[in-house]
Amino acid sequence: MNSRQKNRIKDRAFKYLGIFSTSIGLILLTVFIGSIIKDGIGRIDWDFLTNLPSRKAEKAGILTALAGSVWLLVMTAIVSIPLGVAAAIHLEEYSRKTRWSSFLEINITNLAGVPSVIYGILGLQIFVRTMRFGGSLLAGAFTLALLILPIIIVTTREAIKAVPSSIKEASYGLGATKWQTIRHQVLPAAGGSIATGIILALSRAIGETAPVIIIGALAYVAFVPQSPTDEFTVLPIQIFNWVSRPDHAFVVNAAAGIIVLLAVTFMMNGIAVYLRHRWQNKVNW
Amino acid sequence: MKTKERIIEAGLKFSSLITVLTTLGILWVLLSQSLVFFGEVSIIEFLTSREWTPLFENKHYGILPLLAGTALTTFVAIAVALPLGITIAIYLSEYASAPIRNTFKPLLEILAAVPTVVYGFFALTVVTPFLKGILPELATFNALSAGLVMGVMIIPMVSSLSEDALRAVPNSLREAAYGMGSTRLQTAFRVLVPAASSGIVVSVLLAISRAIGETMIVTIAAGQQPNLTFNPMETVETITAYIVQVSLGDVPHGSIEYRTIFAAGLMLFVLTFILNNISYFVKKRYQQQYE
Repeated sequence: MNSRQKNRIKDRAFKYLGIFSTSIGLILLTVFIGSIIKDGIGRIDWDFLTNLPSRKAEKAGILTALAGSVWLLVMTAIVSIPLGVAAAIHLEEYSRKTRWSSFLEINITNLAGVPSVIYGILGLQIFVRTMRFGGSLLAGAFTLALLILPIIIVTTREAIKAVPSSIKEASYGLGATKWQTIRHQVLPAAGGSIATGIILALSRAIGETAPVIIIGALAYVAFVPQSPTDEFTVLPIQIFNWVSRPDHAFVVNAAAGIIVLLAVTFMMNGIAVYLRHRWQNKVNW
Repeated sequence: MKTKERIIEAGLKFSSLITVLTTLGILWVLLSQSLVFFGEVSIIEFLTSREWTPLFENKHYGILPLLAGTALTTFVAIAVALPLGITIAIYLSEYASAPIRNTFKPLLEILAAVPTVVYGFFALTVVTPFLKGILPELATFNALSAGLVMGVMIIPMVSSLSEDALRAVPNSLREAAYGMGSTRLQTAFRVLVPAASSGIVVSVLLAISRAIGETMIVTIAAGQQPNLTFNPMETVETITAYIVQVSLGDVPHGSIEYRTIFAAGLMLFVLTFILNNISYFVKKRYQQQYE
């Protein structure tokens, strides 16, 4: 066999190695999810979704955790969306290329890389202690909002950047002011991509566990939260709490909780992908 | 009209200032609390003592065991994610057809979208029992399972950033290599990977930073026992897992035990901050390279 044939064989072999590597992670994930569904699906019924937490594994439900997650998601969205989109508009449309703007840029990149536990520590000291929110939904929502703010800013900026300048120029040409142009031309044109980024950021927030543990969300909350100042727990904390118990019945509960959490996460990701796809097809610059 | 525009601009500007306030807040919280901590515990002991036992009777405040735990799980994770991630990047950018690439890229992103508490559950209830069948002396909580699963989670991070770097290499380099009779494999490893090396380095640095900061997988599967070891089969505790452990217990607010999480957090912040900044500047530089 000459060296050319050898090289061809190696080339071919690498292709299969590539296919293998690309699939292995997904195969593992399928195995993982399959085993969880096998463990937990039998546990999911109406009672599991609507029961309060209990010391008895068979009676325990996820109602308080589910309600806490929904509360936290809505409140985080209310805080983070306007701030994130506004910051992105400012950085992309208003700020000039100065040292300050490049500092802001490095700063946001850095914040996106700060581990989530650090945001938990920040939330603990600022919102829970200094502002005296305690381990309430309010403290949790502010903490998670700061955590996902960099993601929203970065994706929104990219969406705004993708809007062609011809649209803006046409708007200015008709006598519109800067804000009118942004409000009536740029934002509607970039809306789909902005929404995609926001949903992905929120789906990250709903799966976060560590920062919410650190600010003091409890594993055992006997009531559904009624207002933003109430104490709360969330689905990932409930799962974590069940995982760490030795009794196998609680591990089954954890598997069932994970199925619900994954269903919510994948649904949000699905919506985001769908939006992006639809927008790409509709708008062709 | 003009006042309205001004007010809106001020509002937008204030929103972007929140990001700066966040950074200042993080620095202030970590530094001010750590300063009090280092008033009671010498920084020399913190950095050199080989025991970390703030929650026990006989207290020692050496961060080394936590650093070792963090390094160990991170090392295992990178040992998984680096070879797989780069192979995937080369396959997707040089071998795969456009439809295959467009199908697999979003599928791989799913790996990064799964909540980490779920990965922790996998590691503890699926991977560890499986590995115990092969390695009977494996501890129930161990760095190996946690690291392996964390590696799977960060595959898409390495593969997508490396792929971007490979695709940014100008086609002329590819065509020149093919013109000389190179196969795709030779072109990839002798021309494209060296040309894209800074981008690949960035992807690895960011993956390391992510692995260092990862919390739930290691808390659930690697254990809560500070251990100065480099044996991945043993139970360890990472910096992040320690912070969660303290938060779950009822350590009185304002005590020195409570302040340990700020000192540990400062250590974590410094490590990830350095890695993130190096990758930011490397990225800025290679982006200019081909423009």
